[in-house]
Order: sequence, then structure tokens, then C-alpha cells
Amino acid sequence: MTEKILIIGSGPAGLTAAIYAARADLNPLMIEGYERGGQLMLTTDVENYPGFPDGIMGPELIEAFRKQAERFGTRIISSDVTRVDLSERPFKVWVGQDEFAAETLILSTGAEARWLDVPGEARLRGYGVSACATCDGFFFRDKDLVVIGGGDSAMEEALFLTKFATKVTIIHRRDQFRASKIMAKRAMDHEKIDVVWNSTVEEVLGEDLVTGVRLKNVETGEESTLDVDGVFLAIGHDPNTSFLQDQLELDKAGYIVTEPHSTLTSVEGVFAAGDVVDHLYQQAVTAAGQGCQATLDAERWLEAREV
Amino acid sequence: MGQNTTDATDATFAALVSESTPTLVDFWAEWCGPCKLMDGPLDELAGEQSGKLNVVKLNVDENQATAMEYGVMSIPTMIVFRDGQEKKRLVGARSRTQLESELSEYVG
Repeated sequence: MTEKILIIGSGPAGLTAAIYAARADLNPLMIEGYERGGQLMLTTDVENYPGFPDGIMGPELIEAFRKQAERFGTRIISSDVTRVDLSERPFKVWVGQDEFAAETLILSTGAEARWLDVPGEARLRGYGVSACATCDGFFFRDKDLVVIGGGDSAMEEALFLTKFATKVTIIHRRDQFRASKIMAKRAMDHEKIDVVWNSTVEEVLGEDLVTGVRLKNVETGEESTLDVDGVFLAIGHDPNTSFLQDQLELDKAGYIVTEPHSTLTSVEGVFAAGDVVDHLYQQAVTAAGQGCQATLDAERWLEAREV
Repeated sequence: MGQNTTDATDATFAALVSESTPTLVDFWAEWCGPCKLMDGPLDELAGEQSGKLNVVKLNVDENQATAMEYGVMSIPTMIVFRDGQEKKRLVGARSRTQLESELSEYVG
């Protein structure tokens, strides 16, 4: 059976695409991946998604999207896509040994947290190094922590961690945050939060558990050590496109290239939406908007070909 | 919780992991998004490996003593025990396929 529309990825972009496709009677198939829900699953309070004046928890928002997609008949497979062939239509998609064929594809595989790639980091992951404050903050009651980064997610993580930690130090490589003003102010005004500007983490220290970080001032080159019990990363994301290499046009950073103001990729019939395309906005609401666009683009494409 | 897994508490933990049949303990909490990703895979695994591998879930919020005793600092953490001894530790969510290959010595 050839699917009319197959969606890969299950964050706000993919799930919105599925809601629109299901409501348009396109009977969509979604391959959600084992890390279903994407980055929102690692988020606590989402305060900026319209419609939720009191905020909503990230996983709850995803659950609501998913229910809405299923209500209109979206079929969901909970595995990772291992390979695709976009060289001819119908496109082919493999999940291990299982092969699927589809007239149109919507790629919405999102992005994943970036790691520092410094000595000690990988070895101490789970022993004081974490990329998920909401999951692991609980284990750092009355401890000293660092959060690395300068965007909204770094501010959010630092603020969240003050619930548990004695002190949270934000390490940022520049002399100002790129976070939104409201989040930056909230973090800097907090009595438990300090900021170390113009500094990078060169090494995570500790044998079996994190005991500190080695810092380098990027302006003076001066090195110092900060004693801490935990290191939380919030230094940005990389798009999940390794399975798409050589199949369609990606930019230098690995994001899928789309035509301006549309979700059309370099392969006709393949559409892309959300963080896998967007390195500028990366918001749940922009991803959801693009997911809607992707289905409308795919629907138009199918109609034009009378598929 | 899943139909094939057992919920452990600080009080019942020692007895559950003391068996000669390997027991995988999933340390989780309600507020942990990635922990939810493991619910389905662990329940399926427990069903298929019945008699060969026991799967036990421990809520770290309600059972902090056990989580602290085993130095759990990140969830989900999954630890395989046999005769009360820790045999293998997996930190972080993974796919069903990856989980099975990492547990290949315990599952048949």
C-alpha cells in the first residue's frame, strides 16, 4: 500500500501536520521515533504557547497534540526511521526491515541537544552531567550547579534548578544573553543565580562524580576552576538529518533547505517543517505553524497530480 | 503502570532484586518526560522475557532512599540486578532495539 502522506517525527510540527492531514481525509501515517514528542518532552512550564494562560507542561502539551491527531485517525508507529530513498516516487521509508511507500513525505524530525565535546563530559554523563534539568534537577538538592548557555532554555533551566540547588552559576561565552529580555531578567534577578560572562567550559572535573569545571575566559585566556556538583547543558541544538544525507539539500549546519515562505524541499513531494528546517525561531508555536503549512503544501501537491 | 512490570518501593526493593533471575529496575518519576518513553518498551520486554528477566519500576519521588543508595542522578536509569548485585547500568532513554541489544546477555 502506498501512503498518501507519511510524516516522520512527532513534535509540534509533525503532530500539527498529522492533525491537518487526518482532517483532510488523507489518512496519514506517522513514524514518531522512539524519542517521541521531541524537545517539549524535556521542558517544564511552557508559558508562551497561545491558549494556555496559566502555562502548560511540555509533555502535557504533546499529549494533547497527539490525542487530537489520533482522534481524526492518524496511525502512529513508535520506532525510528532507519533509511529513506527519495530518488523516485513513491518514496521509500524503512523502519528496520519494514518498508513503507508514500506519495508525499513530511520531514519533522526536529533537533537534539548539543554536547560540549570536552574531556570528562561523556564519562560523567548521568553522574552529574545532564542535558535535562527537568529530569535530573531533583537529584541535586542543596548542591552547587552550573548551567552552560545563554538562550531561553539556559535561563529556564537555571530558574528551574533554583528549586533544588543552593546556587546556580550560568556560564556564557559572550558578554550578554541572547535569551528573551523577560527570561534573562528573571534569571539575573534571582538571588540564587550568578553569571560568569565571556567564559567557556574546557573540562568537566571529577573521577566518579562531577566535582567541578575548568573555565577559560575567552578575552583574557585566563583559566580557573569552579567547584560544582552538577553541570547542565543548554548550548543549542543540532538538526536530526543524518538519515537524509545525500537525499536532499541540507545547509552547512545540516538543516533541511526549503524554498522561502514554503515547506517545499529540493525534492518534489517532500516537505519539511519545524526545528529540522528552522534555526532562527525554534518555538513550539512556529513549528506547529510550519507543520500546518507542510500538510497544506502536500495536499495541494497531491491535488495537482490527482493522486 | 504496565501489566507486565512490578512496582517496587523502598520496603520491597531488596527482596525483588535478590532473585537469581535477572531483574531490571527502571528508576523513573512522573515529571520526567524521557522516562515516559520507556514505559511501552519496558512493558513489552517484560511480557516477552517473562521468567527470564523481571522488570521492576521504582518511583524515585516516592522512594528516595533506594535512588540515593544506588547513586541515581539522572533518570531514566535502568539497572540490572542478579542475586542482589548490580550487574549493568543504563542511563538515559533508548529505543526498544537498542535496549534489547544492550541487554543481550540477559534476554533470550
